Amino acid sequence: MTESSFLATPVSVLQQMLRDRSVSSVELTEAFLERIAASNEALNAVVTVCEEQALEQAREADAAIGQGELRSLTGIPMLHKDIFCTQGVRTTCGSRMLENFIPAYDATVVTKMKAEGAIMLGKCNMDEFAMGSSNETSYFGTVKNPWNLNCVPGGSSGGSAAAVAAGMAPLVTGTDTGGSIRQPASLCGLTGLKPTYGRVSRLGIIAFASSLDQAGPMARTAEDCAIALTAMSGIDPGDSTSADVPVPDFHGSLDTRIDGLRIGLPREYFNDGLDSAVRERVMATLAELEKAGAVLVDIDLPHSHYAIATYYVIAPAEASANLARYDGVRFGYRCEAPQDLEDLYLRSRSEGFGEEVQRRILVGTYALSAGFYDAYFNKAQQVRRVITEDFHRAFEQVDIIAGPAAPGVAFPFGAKQQDPVAMYMEDIYTLAVNLAGLPGLSAPAGLIDGMPVGIQLIGKPFDEQTILNTAHRLQTDTDFHLAQPDQRGFMS
Amino acid sequence: MSWEIVMGLEVHLQLATQSKIFSGSSTTFGAAPNEQADAVDLGMPGMLPVLNEEAVRYAVKFGLGIGARIGTRSVFDRKNYFYPDLPKGYQVSQFFAPIVCEGMFEVPLEDGNLCPIRITRAHLEEDAGKSVHDIFSHETGIDLNRAGTPLLEIVTEPDFRSAEQAVAYLKALHSLVTYLGISDGNMAEGSMRCDINISLREKGSDELGTRTEIKNVNSFRFVERAIHCEYERQADILDNGGRITQETRLYDAEQNTTRSMRSKEVANDYRYFPEPDLLPIVIDDSYIEKVRQSLPELPAAKRARFVAEYGLTEYDANLLVPNHAVADYFETVAKTSGAPKLAANWILGDLSAALNRSELSIETNPISAERLSGLISRIDDGTLSSKLAKQVFEALWNDEGDADGIIAARGLKQVSDSGALEAMVHDVIANNPDQVAQYLAADEGKRKKLSGFFVGQIMKASKGQANPQMLNELLLKKLEDQS
Repeated sequence: MTESSFLATPVSVLQQMLRDRSVSSVELTEAFLERIAASNEALNAVVTVCEEQALEQAREADAAIGQGELRSLTGIPMLHKDIFCTQGVRTTCGSRMLENFIPAYDATVVTKMKAEGAIMLGKCNMDEFAMGSSNETSYFGTVKNPWNLNCVPGGSSGGSAAAVAAGMAPLVTGTDTGGSIRQPASLCGLTGLKPTYGRVSRLGIIAFASSLDQAGPMARTAEDCAIALTAMSGIDPGDSTSADVPVPDFHGSLDTRIDGLRIGLPREYFNDGLDSAVRERVMATLAELEKAGAVLVDIDLPHSHYAIATYYVIAPAEASANLARYDGVRFGYRCEAPQDLEDLYLRSRSEGFGEEVQRRILVGTYALSAGFYDAYFNKAQQVRRVITEDFHRAFEQVDIIAGPAAPGVAFPFGAKQQDPVAMYMEDIYTLAVNLAGLPGLSAPAGLIDGMPVGIQLIGKPFDEQTILNTAHRLQTDTDFHLAQPDQRGFMS
Repeated sequence: MSWEIVMGLEVHLQLATQSKIFSGSSTTFGAAPNEQADAVDLGMPGMLPVLNEEAVRYAVKFGLGIGARIGTRSVFDRKNYFYPDLPKGYQVSQFFAPIVCEGMFEVPLEDGNLCPIRITRAHLEEDAGKSVHDIFSHETGIDLNRAGTPLLEIVTEPDFRSAEQAVAYLKALHSLVTYLGISDGNMAEGSMRCDINISLREKGSDELGTRTEIKNVNSFRFVERAIHCEYERQADILDNGGRITQETRLYDAEQNTTRSMRSKEVANDYRYFPEPDLLPIVIDDSYIEKVRQSLPELPAAKRARFVAEYGLTEYDANLLVPNHAVADYFETVAKTSGAPKLAANWILGDLSAALNRSELSIETNPISAERLSGLISRIDDGTLSSKLAKQVFEALWNDEGDADGIIAARGLKQVSDSGALEAMVHDVIANNPDQVAQYLAADEGKRKKLSGFFVGQIMKASKGQANPQMLNELLLKKLEDQS
């Protein structure tokens, strides 16, 4: 196998190669570091590279493998979204505010993956504070989609998605507050999983909207996501909202038998608003699952159309408080020569935060203000419960729910940047899943004019296994997930 | 115009947990700045709160202590405002659903009566840090040691009608929380801080006037003074036909005035909303029952028992009970000596006076309960007159041994032997014929006064050891015999 060929190899295969010593972790790490060096100038997917640290970890991994001590990710190189705090490694969250912030602690996800033997190559670019669907809000510049450098990779985990698509790492972490894993996975031709709220600890992940944020893996295959999900998951005494439920061996439990699996298709997702090309790809993909024995059932999620409005009250409201700590007092960006306390606050926050972040802070502050709380925040909380009940009722009839992951393929830079609402529509199929706290997965469903598009599979609470099984079966029967962008586009 | 004062109090009580309410940092007072603040207390990115269950238990203890309803599902909320010593830009508090709901607190007044005060609610919250202005020149420092210290904010209905009631409430509250062991109640160190809501209305009116809030008064004495001067200020405005502005004021102890805080500091919209990082606190009956079982005897019950069991007056019981250590001390002395009335008198009289003089407390009291009860036993059995008892008390205070040892060493035993007393009386009459004649010539009314001379002589001769009652009887009889 040539060096560059394993850059497109799934984690499950790399694992086997490391085990039978056909490749070393140092070789893998060097190869991925070289790919980052060669393509990051064009793509801007990675904001911090940890070359020495990664090679050191790789040498340790090789030593462990030599001793026969293999854990689930031993020797596997990976990247973290720059929203995960990493001890001693700058963590920017895509913001000028944290341009020079070096945490003294690792996020629980980072700790867990390290403990499983993963090699951290560096940190991925992202929309500022995870607010965006195109990676255009990052203070560190836009990320290019490896499939077409004139197009966005999606967001907010756009750097993570572009990195895997370009062969910079076989596995990345992302976070998903309203679609930030699934939408970029769709736009970059990857498999991305947002777990059930509470499945993965939020400790050490820089908060955007605490009741919606959830971390998950992005990779080439459902199998790889299964491996990574087991490594990331579990109750954390440091996160009171992490759930005390058993963590299965998602990879070991993968089962391709989907005979009789009932897949619900919400009428509200497949209505006239759905782009016809996207519909065609999603239906073709569902036909494959039908061939494998799944049963397609029309269902209703009658309050779906409230999801965007609900989300864009709750998420900014929580964000307005979560981002209050960035005040220039203890850490982060501080304006030059503040005249007094108010000047310190005003200029530090005006200069440290980008436009979209400021917009959401203002929206959230407004929604919580005296006299508006009942009409906005309280109402949104009520609607959130109604939306959640819709899903629970649907799951009485079906095992999983399927639909598009994004309304279209990757769009050109600037196309939606001047119109926040058009940008917010990017997450129209994913937001409700966060509001309901459910697991959701995006898997490649083929190409539209050479650009990837995803199908979304939504599971019952804590039943990531069934959507992983379904995606795995799809990837056993089809080769949608094997499509690759043309490397000449981004290699220097 | 005659004005009635109407007040409600908000007390911020620092709970005496080992660690902070949402982090593992220590809560000990007096560490160097920021030594007791971890990444959670500093509000570092990605940090999350984890609720200290001990703080919940303390809050439930308090709720049960005042017979309040316990909120079976209480929720934390974020209270949003910017201030340099508030690291996260919000304070985690309970706004919509507090852990302690309505209750009633029977406050003992000095006259022995009880004044019922309705408790509106008590909720858990985290304290902020503090700004330090005196370390750096032209710069303000931030000390976050206190940030995240658990507080219980206790809110009353506007049930107070005098400064005396307010102070009595605070004293009773202090007593309750120290009995419960949930706070040291130390006002000087900020463990108990008081906000006072004050308004005036015409006597007899049912309406509430516009109120002002006096923030952060930190001693019983200042509470009393602050109320008096705010009453004067408001009455003055109203008497002159003015109107009260609803505002927050600060009490300046040095000037003994209240002054308005800048309106910018108070015109906050806190934008409360449920804290998504914490789960609701769900409390079931069995938990409540378990906490109830763990409650000690509380001040109200102890007062009643002291009256019933030891025959104390309400007044004495009210003085002995508030401080748990004093109550325990009394009870040991009462039981060991078998003379509870005497025990109460000595503890509230000579002992407290001596402690006050030396600026000592019951904890640093040089006389153990056993030794005081030894003294009281000797008074009770007639061995010591009250005059001799004072001498023995002095010796006990100076740690010269126990009461019996002191009595023996100093020969202080009271002379109650009638033969010996008769001899003394005989001598004094024989040696003072002039005074005897004067006595006999005087009428009934003056005789009593003149007899004092003979008593004094005998006491002097006996070094105070003569049993005064027996002496009196013998002396009068002998003087009669002279006529």
